[in-house]
Amino acid sequence: MTQSNLTRRAKYRTLARVWRYARRYRALLFGSFALAAATTLTTLYIPRLVGSAVDLLVGPGEVDFPGIGRLVVKILACACAVAVGQFVMAALNNRLAYNTSRDARYDAFSQLGSTPLKYIDERAHGEVVSRIVADAEQFADGLLLGVAQLFTGAVAIVGVLVFMLSVNFKIAIVVVALTPTSFLVAGFISRRSFKLFRRQSELRGAETGYITEATQGVRVIRAFNRSEAAEAQFGTLDAQLESASRQAIFISSLTNPATRFVNSLVYMSVGLVGAFAVMSGAMTVGGLVVFLSYAEQYTKPFNEISSVATEFQNALACAERLFELIDAPTEAQEATSSRERKRALGRVEFKDVCFSYRPDRTLIEDFNLAVPPGARVAIVGPTGCGKTTLVNLLMRFYEVDSGAILLDGVDERSVPRAELRSHYGMVLQETWLKQGTIRDNILMGAPNVSPEEFERIAVACRVEPFVRRLPQGYDTLVTENGSEFSQGQRQLICIARVMARKPEVLILDEATSSIDTRAEQKIQAAFNELMTGRTSFVVAHRLSTIRAADVILAMKDGKIVEQGSHDELMARRGFYYDLYTSQFRE
Amino acid sequence: MTSLLKYMSVYLRESILAPSFKLLEACFDLLVPLIVASMIDSGVKLQDKTHVVLCGLSLVALAGLGLCAAFTAQYFAAKAAVGFGSQLRRRLFRRVNELSFSQLDAFGADSLAARMTNDANQVQSGVNLVLRLFMRSPIIVFGATIMALCVDFRSGLVFLVALPILSLVVFGIMCGAIPAYGKCQRQLDKLARATRENLYGARVIRAFNLEDAERRAFDETNRAYAALQRFAGGLSSLMNPSTYAIVNLAIVALLWTGAARVEVGDLSQGQTVALLNYMAQIIVELIKLANLIIQTTKAIACGNRIAEVLNTRPDMAEGDREARARESGVAVAFKNVTFRYAGASAPALENVSFEAKVGETIGIIGGSGSGKTTLVNLIARFYDASEGAVEVFGSDVREYSTRSLRELIALAPQKAELFKGTLGENLRWGDPQASDDALWRALEVAQASEFVAANAEGLDWSIEQNGRNLSGGQKQRLTIARALVRNAPILILDDSSSALDFATDARLRAELRQALPETTTTFIITQRASSILHADQIVALDDGKLVGLGVHEDLLASNKVYQEIFYSQFPSEDVEALRLTKGATL
Repeated sequence: MTQSNLTRRAKYRTLARVWRYARRYRALLFGSFALAAATTLTTLYIPRLVGSAVDLLVGPGEVDFPGIGRLVVKILACACAVAVGQFVMAALNNRLAYNTSRDARYDAFSQLGSTPLKYIDERAHGEVVSRIVADAEQFADGLLLGVAQLFTGAVAIVGVLVFMLSVNFKIAIVVVALTPTSFLVAGFISRRSFKLFRRQSELRGAETGYITEATQGVRVIRAFNRSEAAEAQFGTLDAQLESASRQAIFISSLTNPATRFVNSLVYMSVGLVGAFAVMSGAMTVGGLVVFLSYAEQYTKPFNEISSVATEFQNALACAERLFELIDAPTEAQEATSSRERKRALGRVEFKDVCFSYRPDRTLIEDFNLAVPPGARVAIVGPTGCGKTTLVNLLMRFYEVDSGAILLDGVDERSVPRAELRSHYGMVLQETWLKQGTIRDNILMGAPNVSPEEFERIAVACRVEPFVRRLPQGYDTLVTENGSEFSQGQRQLICIARVMARKPEVLILDEATSSIDTRAEQKIQAAFNELMTGRTSFVVAHRLSTIRAADVILAMKDGKIVEQGSHDELMARRGFYYDLYTSQFRE
Repeated sequence: MTSLLKYMSVYLRESILAPSFKLLEACFDLLVPLIVASMIDSGVKLQDKTHVVLCGLSLVALAGLGLCAAFTAQYFAAKAAVGFGSQLRRRLFRRVNELSFSQLDAFGADSLAARMTNDANQVQSGVNLVLRLFMRSPIIVFGATIMALCVDFRSGLVFLVALPILSLVVFGIMCGAIPAYGKCQRQLDKLARATRENLYGARVIRAFNLEDAERRAFDETNRAYAALQRFAGGLSSLMNPSTYAIVNLAIVALLWTGAARVEVGDLSQGQTVALLNYMAQIIVELIKLANLIIQTTKAIACGNRIAEVLNTRPDMAEGDREARARESGVAVAFKNVTFRYAGASAPALENVSFEAKVGETIGIIGGSGSGKTTLVNLIARFYDASEGAVEVFGSDVREYSTRSLRELIALAPQKAELFKGTLGENLRWGDPQASDDALWRALEVAQASEFVAANAEGLDWSIEQNGRNLSGGQKQRLTIARALVRNAPILILDDSSSALDFATDARLRAELRQALPETTTTFIITQRASSILHADQIVALDDGKLVGLGVHEDLLASNKVYQEIFYSQFPSEDVEALRLTKGATL
């Protein structure tokens, strides 16, 4: 009970928020309502005019031409008014729905740029995309257009009832009593077909999964001579799907003929009762024509309303999902900078830093480290030991739980994030290129680099050799994720991007993992130049990358277990020594 | 598309019966207005109650007959359409397993999967729709016109004028709206892409302080999207008002001409009502027809994509000899082999020659893109050499049946792929008869027994689609185990230890050497020099050319490329240091 109250209250809250978005377009909504009422009632009035006209052409010599003329003019006027009204109403509805979803979508997207990275890291990206793209659309469509349709439907039902009752009470009762049968039949069929469709979509999901797997793994299937086995397995899956689909499609396709049949029974009953009414003089032939037309129109709004009701639930769920995104937490308030941005010297200190992603598992504990300006720090250790976490903390992607990180002796938290990050340059293992040309990507952080300097950077980072072979050179558009480039080439572009920015502190997190060792050596010179005089943190898996560092931090389970230069650590014959020599072991 | 019709022939009977019954139903529908007319003219007007009841009963009978005809038609249509869709999927699945790898490359795995799932569904729904509606909508549209002409030729002329105008408006609006909605979809894709980019690139965007720039870009795209939506929505919302206006115009015209005809006695009141009813029937079916045509064009486009695959003949000729392993002599020989991928300008392998004797371990090393994987693809005859010949156990691979050739080869591919099912099922791809003990032995050698044993289900561990419940390193070790289970005379490990750390890699190689029979010829493809130090022969590749062939010591002494690769991973001072400290033989 309380729970249903709660969810109901949550629904009202969601609706209230939807209203807050729609409110600025309320003139559109009210205009649409007024037009809906006017056009619907006019639409219902036209059959009456037609019926009256039929009554004026009884037989040879009994035609009332002036009367028909007046009616014809009225019908024309009404029809034109309805047409214009419908068009304007649709335009208002569209504007209302599209603009509302546009506004909500922007707010959701905008929040992504202000929320802590923790929020983004913890979510499945595909799902967030579907909220911003699909849910934003559906909620406006479903709720706002749904309300409009609901209103139109209600007006139509009441209107038809009133019109029918005003023409002939008895026949109106026949129509009202018989139409529910059509919903019963439709409901009966759709309950059955719903189960069948669910089964079909389960089987289809399974088959699609199998197809994806088998087409991607077709080489392995062939290498192991498994073609026939795979085909047999597919045949079994497909036979199940075929039989489920056939049933689902057949049963659901009965809805239309069945409701059509019920409607024709209603039609027939109206015709029969109406005919007797005409013969007894209680009604005219025109009245009969009006009734036959109303009998057909009466069921339509009911069907619409029931489909809107399901849509409504779905739209509400979409709205909730979107609002949840808009309500994502915002990063802690920024410090305001009082001073001019100065070049940083690059002294980095960790003081008693503690950090964990989850409260129940500490990752980094009482971490202390002082890095003098210009030093080259390498971080090594097995996966999950906290190497990348250090990067997250340096850039303030995540905030330390306790302790402090100091840049040039200043607590990083007392500097605005944007200013702090402008001192750092970062290349990550997961290369990310943005929409745009290769040039845009390289100049992303430093738009004012001169053409000569740009050329020099591209050559030094070995971007130039493969870009030269592209027909459009640096103006080649990068498609999504830059998938037309190899991982190694993407890493080179990312390296050039940071080089162009000339940051004071460099962070390289597995930046060269996909460049083969020979090619890596060839860009080493560029790296050396880049790192000269700059403090740098290098996270690497490949031990050959690490040797040259001034300080090597060997990390294990969030702690630094060893610290020193390559020679010192090798001489110590400890953790680092083991890690390093395992590559020679046979 | 027409080439697909032969798969329909199985369902010839159903695909004739379905539209025939639909035709019958349509004819019954066309009779209804005539009966209503007769009810009014011969029943009501003449006060003939029996005739009115008779008319009512015949309406019921028509509706009942129509219902039976429709149910029958829907049954046959569902059966034929679903059966056809299933035929297409199965033929496609088989064809994918027959095409050569170059042909598969040309299509791409994603595209093939899309054709088997989405396209096949679209064609299935298209066929279903055509079988159900193609005999109904046009028959009613044209039938109603013809009936109207029969009732009264002069009044029927109104239909002849209204029909083309209505068709023009309906199709015109649809033709305009479809591209407009296409534009909306493309704009929406842009929004999705922007959102995805901002999620995946959240770190880089913040590191470069680009949050606001991204917001502005998104806002612009989002606004453009809403504008496109308003345009497309506005265009398609013309449909209802304009057809409504035209139909009412036609009704007015019918009333006006009808009035004159009734006055002179050429037309009765009931017949006028019948004409009005035919007009109402036309507009409903005309909109359905327009929809049908659009759906059909879509389905035909999908059908063409399917036909493209089915009409592609496998282009790799089968040999007719059974491949047999030998106990001594040459296992694999490359004789002046050149290979070019379809559409590539430069060859992936150029004039490569070498021999691998039975029982040897061959190391293949080179940077990324040097042709290592291409080389092993030719041994298993995934591709045919463009020039020269690849020989396995003394004969050209093209002389063997591919099935018997691949029986002799156990491959652990570069991309570790496992399939949905239990671990045991996956491993038995290598050998369906293998005992549990044999599987465990293979797991042990592959350094996988530990984590498999740690799982309570052991060999019954259920692997999800694409092995997504396993880490990259786990998958790699399991694919090695799968290859070992095959116990084939030729074992190929294609960069299969790239995700393993050096220590695990070293153990794997040591145990492999122990476990394999003397007559197994092993190919180890790698980027790591440490993996192949002890190979009997090392094949060094650079840019598709064979640049070194021999044992490690010789190559290290004299081969420039091999030296570069080796020293990029093991600086010379380290090699010396290690030799001194460990006395290791390198």
